[in-house]
Amino acid sequence: MVADRSPAVTLDAVAKVFPGKAAPALADLCATIEPGQFVAVIGKSGAGKTTLLRCLSRAVPVTSGTIRFDRTDLAKLRGAALRAHRARVGMIYQQFNLVRRLAVIDNVLIGRLARLRGWARWAALAHRFDAKQRAIAFRCLDHVGLLDRVWQRTDTLSGGEQQRVAIAKILAQEPTVVLADEPVASLDLSNGRLVMQTLRRVASAVGITVVATLHHVDHARNYADRILGLKAGRLVFDGPASQLTDAALFEIFGEFLTEPGRSEGERLGELAAS
Amino acid sequence: MSAAFTSIHAGPTPPVPARPSVAGRTMLATVALAVVFGLAGRVVELRPLELVRDIGNVGVFLRGYLHPSFGNVGEYAWQCVVTVCIALWGTVLALMVSVPLGLLGARNLSPHPLVYFIARRLMDVLRAVNEFVFALMFVTAVGLGPFAGMLALGIHTGGVLGKLLSETIESVDPGQVEGVAAVGAGRLHVIAFGVVPQVLPNFLSYVLLRLESDIRSASVIGMVGGGGIGFYLWDTIRSFKDGEAATVILLIVAMVMCIDVVSARVRRAAI
Repeated sequence: MVADRSPAVTLDAVAKVFPGKAAPALADLCATIEPGQFVAVIGKSGAGKTTLLRCLSRAVPVTSGTIRFDRTDLAKLRGAALRAHRARVGMIYQQFNLVRRLAVIDNVLIGRLARLRGWARWAALAHRFDAKQRAIAFRCLDHVGLLDRVWQRTDTLSGGEQQRVAIAKILAQEPTVVLADEPVASLDLSNGRLVMQTLRRVASAVGITVVATLHHVDHARNYADRILGLKAGRLVFDGPASQLTDAALFEIFGEFLTEPGRSEGERLGELAAS
Repeated sequence: MSAAFTSIHAGPTPPVPARPSVAGRTMLATVALAVVFGLAGRVVELRPLELVRDIGNVGVFLRGYLHPSFGNVGEYAWQCVVTVCIALWGTVLALMVSVPLGLLGARNLSPHPLVYFIARRLMDVLRAVNEFVFALMFVTAVGLGPFAGMLALGIHTGGVLGKLLSETIESVDPGQVEGVAAVGAGRLHVIAFGVVPQVLPNFLSYVLLRLESDIRSASVIGMVGGGGIGFYLWDTIRSFKDGEAATVILLIVAMVMCIDVVSARVRRAAI
């Protein structure tokens, strides 16, 4: 996939301060993510996980520091170059962000849009795709095990199925990096596990780099090569799952285990994980 | 069963924070509304007693309409068909006007705030100017007849549908649009996949609604030379041919009823 071994994503002293907020959302973040790595970002609510992902996806600009994908500086991208960059970065969202009224096949074909050339781009405006593109979409859907849903309207699928359609869309898009913002936060435990397995499997199969924010520590442990722990916008842990000890978890989550108002199930889940 | 809840339901009431009072504001609003409607009533010269006293005159006026004369019914029926055709092509023109204006006038799609502003103001003008005024204007260009009427209806309705379209576009779920833009799709592809599926059902419903209302408008636009049944409505009433006017009115009512039935069916089938 990636011919040269330059890092997939480089964060260099990245900081983000939202206007009107004294404390920075991200401060002095440095990390180098190698091609093909599956990276989980964990931390408490408000620790900066989502902000980091929004900076990576260029939804918000960084206040200082640089983010590079391959060798491209994210801040310098405009117009056509920005669209070309987006084509190389796949997005997975907590709320799936599929077009709900379209059929499953159309949502997968959306992944192909940036790759169409010539007449095919105009035909796509009328939702027309040639046999080759449709064949790719069928194969991608088959890969996530949802080929039987191909003609169904997307909003008739369950949440877990919709997230797997989103993964099929990513496969159709052929990105080098996938950014996943809480991909399983709105799914139940077994569907979440199935989605994480699917994501892990396709990432390994095609060698894409994945950066995912996860609030379930056990998901991060089970599926990630590398875990980044954020606390108050700072990187307090960076290492493989095997190094994520109780002490490291306490460092990331602090008073987390005694925090009031959390459901018993979540607390037990965290205890079991630690 | 309920015994388990007694410890919660019975016993002393806890101290409840005082409910914020809105009595003063309610009173003020009531007085203000009464003043506004009172003054507006003076302006429109509300005289309900006169209406009750002289209601009989209406009966005298209507007596002539009790005996419709069907001598020219063929011509009138044909003019009803012309009226429907004016509205149909007026709607086509309205679509050609409203789709670009609606896209440019939607805050979340407009390429530039200035473009947004111009598109919005242009739609305001098209809506503010009555279709009758447009008809008078187009009559000077293309002469009396249905073509002028169709142009007038289409331009005015283009402004109305454009505004409705841009408001509909502004209320789409941005997440679904982001999901398409995120793959690196171009602006037109983002619209075709992220926006159109979300706005299409609502917009179709608005188009049907305007088509119905355009048929009603087209049935009077003939008064100013825009073609269709309106000319005969105007002509027969002005020349006191009550029987003929009654026929024309009956045909218009029948036409509007038919259109309502048809559009209800189309709506059910399409949306």
